[in-house]
Amino acid sequence: MARPSFFGLLLIAPALAMICALFLYPLGFSLAAAFTEPGGGLSLMHFRKAFDLYSTDILFTLFIVVVSTLLTGLFSIAIAGILTLGETPWLVAALRALYRWPLFIPFIVAAQCMRTFLAKNGLMNNSLVALGVMEPLQATSFLDWRGIIITFVWKQVPFVTLMLAGAMASIDRATIEAGRNLGASRIRVLIELVLPQVVQTLLVGLVLSFVTMLSVLSVPMMVAGSQPTMLTVDMAFRINSYGDYATANALGVISYAIAGAVAWIYLRHSVKREVQA
Amino acid sequence: MSGRLHVSPANAEPLAVSRDPRATSHEPASSAAGARVWVLGSTVLKILGLAVFAFLLFGPLANLALWSVAERWYTPFKLPVSYGMRYWEVVFRPTGDAMSSLMTSVGIACLTVMVALAVSVPAGYALARLKLPWRTALMILFLLPQAFPSVAIYINVARVFYSIGLTGTITGVVLVHAAHGLVYSVWIAAAAFAAVDRDLELAARNIGASPLRTFFTVTLPLAAPGVMASAIFVFLESLDEFTGTFFVGVPQITTLPLLLYNASMGGNYQIASITALILLVPSVVFMFVIERFLKADVLSKVGQ
Repeated sequence: MARPSFFGLLLIAPALAMICALFLYPLGFSLAAAFTEPGGGLSLMHFRKAFDLYSTDILFTLFIVVVSTLLTGLFSIAIAGILTLGETPWLVAALRALYRWPLFIPFIVAAQCMRTFLAKNGLMNNSLVALGVMEPLQATSFLDWRGIIITFVWKQVPFVTLMLAGAMASIDRATIEAGRNLGASRIRVLIELVLPQVVQTLLVGLVLSFVTMLSVLSVPMMVAGSQPTMLTVDMAFRINSYGDYATANALGVISYAIAGAVAWIYLRHSVKREVQA
Repeated sequence: MSGRLHVSPANAEPLAVSRDPRATSHEPASSAAGARVWVLGSTVLKILGLAVFAFLLFGPLANLALWSVAERWYTPFKLPVSYGMRYWEVVFRPTGDAMSSLMTSVGIACLTVMVALAVSVPAGYALARLKLPWRTALMILFLLPQAFPSVAIYINVARVFYSIGLTGTITGVVLVHAAHGLVYSVWIAAAAFAAVDRDLELAARNIGASPLRTFFTVTLPLAAPGVMASAIFVFLESLDEFTGTFFVGVPQITTLPLLLYNASMGGNYQIASITALILLVPSVVFMFVIERFLKADVLSKVGQ
């Protein structure tokens, strides 16, 4: 079997070379820049500077991403739950036709939509005022942390719901029917019977969403003001205004650490599941 | 309990909360009438919930569409003061910035698809059919550029590119987009090849076709819809890419997302909205046709 294996490596080599040159090498570059001092020795000085200047933004980023991920999970479970357990055909059909729309809409377009929709005089406030729900004077701009969270949730819910509804559709209907026949409410069936069977898919979707939201630059730049802001904007600012690669890379390593921590939580969970199984 | 639980994203509606306990406290005698009231109430609630959901979903898009045809729209007015297609003409004027950005964007996206397919069709075939050491690790390696906070990677790519003169060039931007899209093209291509029935290849080999001929006349045509789907993914990914172009392409390369960003930050909401609408078209079209290309047999093999 030595020959096909060698041939296979030959076929995959160009793709591997591309990943090495355009991902692994810059990754090493960023680690090197973050951990070395101007003289050349190893040091944590750039991290000290990053924490001094941006500790608020690090916490702000964590807050935004964690809250957005939790809300995304909650809405996805609700929508996928209705799609799977709903007993009103027209409601399920309408929801199925609707929820997917933002799926492939680019983040930058979503950001531009929200920039106008959530503004003080945007369509949201104007509609609420026109419906009489709100006084014109109560209208406030949502273009701050709330705007970022709303944009992220709006954009990511369809993605997680798509994965979740797919997983829910493929579980054994008999368990659901059994639960319903024994008198369990639909909420209880959803939480106690359906969710445990699809929790792995939910976690994958949420981890991917988490990392995606951590890396988006356009949404925090376009939707929210300057302070406080997310780490991605700080990195771009360090580069574009000061050419300060060291601090920017230290911030980059902090964002790797955040993503790594989430990946670790996920891996630990799936290992535990495999041990149980 | 069956008709009563109303799980909906509009759960926050105070109505939904306040009505539940009342329905349970009805006397048995009036239960038939109560049930009818309940059915009516729950239908009204469902319609309301769906309306709120649709408003939150389409409101932002409606605002975008309004801005694209608003010639004048300022503070006290809830709707545009005057409508017109003036800005559409500005955008679609052959000499305008927007037309040249559109050309740049589409050109870059096509080149990205070619580069990505050129490396990922062989790689996908190898991953699906040939024995490879550490196959899982290789698959995960292709996922990494998508599963990593990308801004920090891009600033270093830009730095490396700067030293070899690739910043601000089409080549540089295409390379960045292709690396980013590689996970789609490699994973989906591998799934597409894995879904091809191996007996058909063996039959072709049995009647004397060479391995190369078998690949080009049997395997590749059968895997073509999947490969096509991966090409569409890469094309869209490149068309919509902002962060990488922001660091590697500026100031010479202005793609549509960068034009949108500049117009929006400059306060020119009409141009920004029209650009956003242009970017929306392929995204929405793709959402409808994706199922035609990505069949269930391929989809079930993605990532394996």
